[in-house]
Amino acid sequence: MMDALGAPQSLAVLGGTSEIGLAVADRLVRGRCERVGLAGRDAAELEIAADRLVKAGAYDVRTHLFEATDTADHDRLVDALFADGDVDVVLVAFGVLGDQAAMSADPDQAVALAQVNYTATVSLGLRVATALRRQGHGSLVFLSSVAAERGRAANFVYGSSKAGVDTFAQGLGDSLQGTGVHVLVVRPGFVRTRMTAGLPEAPFATTADAVAEAVVDALARRREVVWVPGVLRAVMSGVRHLPRPVFRRLPT
Amino acid sequence: MSSGEPGGQALLTGWGAATATSARLLRVRTQDDVLRALTAAPGRGAIPRGLGRSYGDPALNAGGTVLDMTLMDRVLGLDEGTGRLTVEAGASMDALVRAVLPLGWFVPVTPGTRQVTVGGAIATDVHGKNHHRAGSFGAHVTGMRLALPDGTVRVVSPELDRDLHWATIGGMGLTGVVLDATVQLQRVPSAWMSVSTERAGDLDTLLAALQRADRQTYSVAWVDLMAGGSVSGRGVVTSAEHAQPEALPTAVAERRWSLPEPARIGVPLWTPAGLLNRASLRAFNEAWFRRAPVRRDGEVVPLGKFFHPLDGVRDWNRLYGARGLVQHQCVVPDEPTLREVLRLIRISRVPSFLAVLKRFGPADPGPLSFPRPGWTLAFDVAASAASLGGLLDDLDEVVAAAGGSIYLAKDSRLRPQLLPALYPRLDHWRAVRERVDPHRVLTSDLARRLSL
Repeated sequence: MMDALGAPQSLAVLGGTSEIGLAVADRLVRGRCERVGLAGRDAAELEIAADRLVKAGAYDVRTHLFEATDTADHDRLVDALFADGDVDVVLVAFGVLGDQAAMSADPDQAVALAQVNYTATVSLGLRVATALRRQGHGSLVFLSSVAAERGRAANFVYGSSKAGVDTFAQGLGDSLQGTGVHVLVVRPGFVRTRMTAGLPEAPFATTADAVAEAVVDALARRREVVWVPGVLRAVMSGVRHLPRPVFRRLPT
Repeated sequence: MSSGEPGGQALLTGWGAATATSARLLRVRTQDDVLRALTAAPGRGAIPRGLGRSYGDPALNAGGTVLDMTLMDRVLGLDEGTGRLTVEAGASMDALVRAVLPLGWFVPVTPGTRQVTVGGAIATDVHGKNHHRAGSFGAHVTGMRLALPDGTVRVVSPELDRDLHWATIGGMGLTGVVLDATVQLQRVPSAWMSVSTERAGDLDTLLAALQRADRQTYSVAWVDLMAGGSVSGRGVVTSAEHAQPEALPTAVAERRWSLPEPARIGVPLWTPAGLLNRASLRAFNEAWFRRAPVRRDGEVVPLGKFFHPLDGVRDWNRLYGARGLVQHQCVVPDEPTLREVLRLIRISRVPSFLAVLKRFGPADPGPLSFPRPGWTLAFDVAASAASLGGLLDDLDEVVAAAGGSIYLAKDSRLRPQLLPALYPRLDHWRAVRERVDPHRVLTSDLARRLSL
């Protein structure tokens, strides 16, 4: 159960080897969180992640193999995640960034990205929401992105997939009002992780740990949207209204 | 055969309103309703709920069934000669006082509000300002009828299934649903209290005054947790006796049995965040302290004003805003530990008012009953207060190390691992629960959170 100060006792991370996902898990297991389920597609990496969480203080870490695009298998995964008891927080942390130029040249790559980032999120998001409704409580966290705010030449396939996730999560959250289930949409800026390694850094770049800190705080406050860093909320409310010719000329 | 009203899903909170979970809320009217609800409870079980005054989550059951007991509120019998009262579990303390006070009887123990049910008072084994003399509510319960998850009704008393009787007193509703209980009332000479008030400018003076007040039937102190330096630990001790008719001023003499007045002030649905901040609470505490006389004896006040000051303001918990409040109540066996607890709160700079300090007398045999000899301190804090979690965890460690305890009726954030230290007879209680509810039909958010 989530306690009165918003500290959960159990967590499931979909995308259990994601740096942001693990950073959140790492923070929560230093608090009241004892039970963690990590779902991912690389068994060896999941084990390494599980060891790390046990060392950080988790009492019970279980790993689950799954493929984001195999939606027919998602019922099984969600059942497995909830089989050992209530799950107070579910974090949907999987996703791919893709290479815009390569996707423009090979639309199949773009389709694959959309299926992982958006289709799989919808599939798992709805299934997890049903499980949380049944248990009568819980928080469901989705990772959106600043890139979801406006489409831009440099990453519009990724950005549009996150825009889909963002809109989906907002509506899902509203549909769950009064059920005891809470949905949090996280909108990070450029996060320095493996996923962005080698890319030129955007302004207001942040770290997985800073995102995790913001997520843990937003969970405690039961907030519905959180930007990381927080200043992006103001920045993006300006960017949102820039005329297209000006927006196009912004640095990457 | 009547049935419970169709169960609608409801989002429920405790009095602190810091967490909310969804359950099927079933308004039960009869014993059969309760038994049917227990035997038909789905996987996530059932828990009885009274007036929702527990601060945290003992009367919540996410995804399961919550039995609203407040329609089961009949007085089944009162022996006007002996003061033995048999009453259904959903009756409120307020209703009882209204029923028995004009006959010269009063509840043996009352918490700081009359808005609690008899079932809730038993499940949390509530205490009052007379604990040092009279013990807690459970000590005055001479028998109960419990609906058990196996579909049977069991009569328990200190003589009849003693283990189940005492496991239920303080048992947080997890060992059977109290259908009705027999309570020994106390005879009182009037509906008025004769109150002494003493202002204490520092902690030493306060503790000494409160210790002296052990001679009175009722005693309690308010302590300013925010004052520092030479006035740290300052407070106001009040103690009281039921007022004899001859002590009543002529102005109130003809109203010897006047009943408590209903709340006249409310709090709006929405209050600004941060209304109760460090500055406003410091000012409040200062004013509260200055308002008290240095010393006054024999002030005659209505019983409700002495026992239930907060019942004058409806929904006062809303003052804490959308994120709700947390109350922390500990009991510690000795003065050095109490001083350490007070010191930790003061240096944390957490804004708090309404800190209440009291001395407890002997414990009753309930393994999950909270009161035990020593000092008890209760204080409210907005759940949003900075670094609150760390402070409360630190307090719990100090309390556990000293052999003290934390009150589950107030708790909403305890570290579950501390429970065996805080309740050394937890295993005994668990064994009784295992006997009457092996499938854990009776469960709650509190039970899940603390792995009770």
